[in-house]
Amino acid sequence: MFSRDTWREIFITLRKNKLRTFLSGFTVALGILIFITLFGMGNGLVNTFNEFFGDDATNVIYIFPGRTSLPYKGYKSNRNIEFDNSDLTDIEETFPMFVEHISPRIFRTATTTYKEESNDYTTIGVDWGQQFAEKTIIMQGRYINQRDVDEKTRNAVIGRLVEVDLFNGRNAIGKYIDIGGSVFKVVGVFQDDGGDNEERQIYIPYTTRQLIEKNTDKIGQIVVQFKPELGYTGAMAFEKNLRLFFKDKKFISPDDQNGFFIRNVADNLKQNQDFAGVLQMIVSVVAFGTIIAGIIGISNIMVYVVKERTKEIGIRKAIGATPKRVIGSILLESVFITTVSGFIGMLIGIGVLKWIGDRLKDDYFITSPYISTGVAIFATVILIFFGALAGYIPARRAARIKPIVALRNE
Amino acid sequence: MIEIKDLHKSYQMGSNSLHVLKGIDFKVEAGELVAIMGSSGSGKSTLLNILGMLDVADSGEYVLDGLPIKNLNETKAANYRNKFLGFIFQSFNLINYKTALENVALPLYYQGVGRKQREEKSLKYLEQVGLKEWSHHLPSELSGGQKQRVAVARAMVAEPKVLLADELTGALDSKTSYEVMDLIQKINDQGNTILVVTHEDDIAHMCKRIVHLKDGVIVEDKKIEQVRASQYVQ
Repeated sequence: MFSRDTWREIFITLRKNKLRTFLSGFTVALGILIFITLFGMGNGLVNTFNEFFGDDATNVIYIFPGRTSLPYKGYKSNRNIEFDNSDLTDIEETFPMFVEHISPRIFRTATTTYKEESNDYTTIGVDWGQQFAEKTIIMQGRYINQRDVDEKTRNAVIGRLVEVDLFNGRNAIGKYIDIGGSVFKVVGVFQDDGGDNEERQIYIPYTTRQLIEKNTDKIGQIVVQFKPELGYTGAMAFEKNLRLFFKDKKFISPDDQNGFFIRNVADNLKQNQDFAGVLQMIVSVVAFGTIIAGIIGISNIMVYVVKERTKEIGIRKAIGATPKRVIGSILLESVFITTVSGFIGMLIGIGVLKWIGDRLKDDYFITSPYISTGVAIFATVILIFFGALAGYIPARRAARIKPIVALRNE
Repeated sequence: MIEIKDLHKSYQMGSNSLHVLKGIDFKVEAGELVAIMGSSGSGKSTLLNILGMLDVADSGEYVLDGLPIKNLNETKAANYRNKFLGFIFQSFNLINYKTALENVALPLYYQGVGRKQREEKSLKYLEQVGLKEWSHHLPSELSGGQKQRVAVARAMVAEPKVLLADELTGALDSKTSYEVMDLIQKINDQGNTILVVTHEDDIAHMCKRIVHLKDGVIVEDKKIEQVRASQYVQ
């Protein structure tokens, strides 16, 4: 069945029926091409997603102050809740099992000046733990350290774009800048994957910020890093306990949702991952839809091809082709076309994905789309298999037709 | 060469059945040139199809060159057709995307003959029908008479025991018909057994024996004086 003669016969048939060969090959190649491109872009979307939300550490809970909406224990509603230094130590003492590190964040916008250059930036009073929560990357110098916090030093760590803005790209380390009327020494320059806004920020020790503001002990937000081994469930439990703790400590009604807010990155992350998963699933469904459309396309063509060739099959049978050989040659033809064009489509698809690379990253949120070789080959093989099946069924029927019936078909 | 006894065949047409062959007894010796005549519906094509193993009789015996033809499945029938029979059809039935040479070579391909040998042999037969220089033309580039001659070469190439022709001149004008009949007579002269189904008197009279079919039975079976077709061909 697989002799050189058989192949020669098949090649002749394919070559002499160019349009037919082209159409069926084109259907298959297009099906695979679209499948691979779609599937790969889906992966690219997920990549972007992960990059986007993978910016911050995932074992972090942010606590933001709010305003009560219910009266409780003699306190009126609409009371501003504030955090102070005691909250930090209280959390540390109450939850030693959960907490790895606690840092405060005090946000203030301040006009910052270096020589003639001046601009408004967000300054954040922090301690060293903030570096890990925000995944801040130090380019030059160092981050705020414990000594800065203890001694309330006037050291600042500025974002990459602050350096660009104020220093025109010259090295800022060791230079003195004016932040809202106080002079700070630049000890570090950082970059952050979170985008331009995060690179236009300035970190200073939170104790220095408190000192400037009349030695207050108030802090803006609390960033709690919990032990990564807690996992998702542990993080959710910790969040619940934190809620109860603050409601109790700040005299907030158990039913009040507005006294303060908690953002649990672990929870967000899980939601985002679920979302990305759904996205991926939708893309996969669409992609497999294309494959099915391809299968239907090639089936239609095969049915048509066999119908068109009924007479030829009749002639071949009359001069001595056995049903097996009739089926065999039709099948081999269709498998040959689908295999060749399937792999051509696959290679083009992979090429397209390679070419896209990061071109669509900014406008369409598709980052380095890819398809694993396994999936690509699997899809191609599926299409080949169904192409063969689609050829086999009408071929078998055609081979069963009596030659006289086939020949009568004028 | 061919021996059939009490051959019956009916077709199911909806609820009623059509009895086409009602007991045919018939013998053909080697080297004969037999015309089977009859009006349409007389069963002549059905008889030829059964002889050609393209169709199966309901009952009766069929022996081809001492080999009883029975219990045919598709594969067996295909092999017998390939080895023992050559077909010539009214509508030529050449494969339109194959050249004359490839068409002639096709039976040999199904016999498993090697390509070189196939081409040599096919070319020899094309030469015999006078179309050697047309061997690389497609059927669409040939005239009706040429197509039928290619079909004759294809029927001959496997050197079958019997040649079966179904209205082989039906699609040709009389001049071309005579040319093709001249060819058939020459092939017969070489000792080949040929059966021709026709409803044309002049064609029938170019054979050596006429069998008349009417309503599924043989009404007349006579040897005749053969009219040579060559006298009509310049």
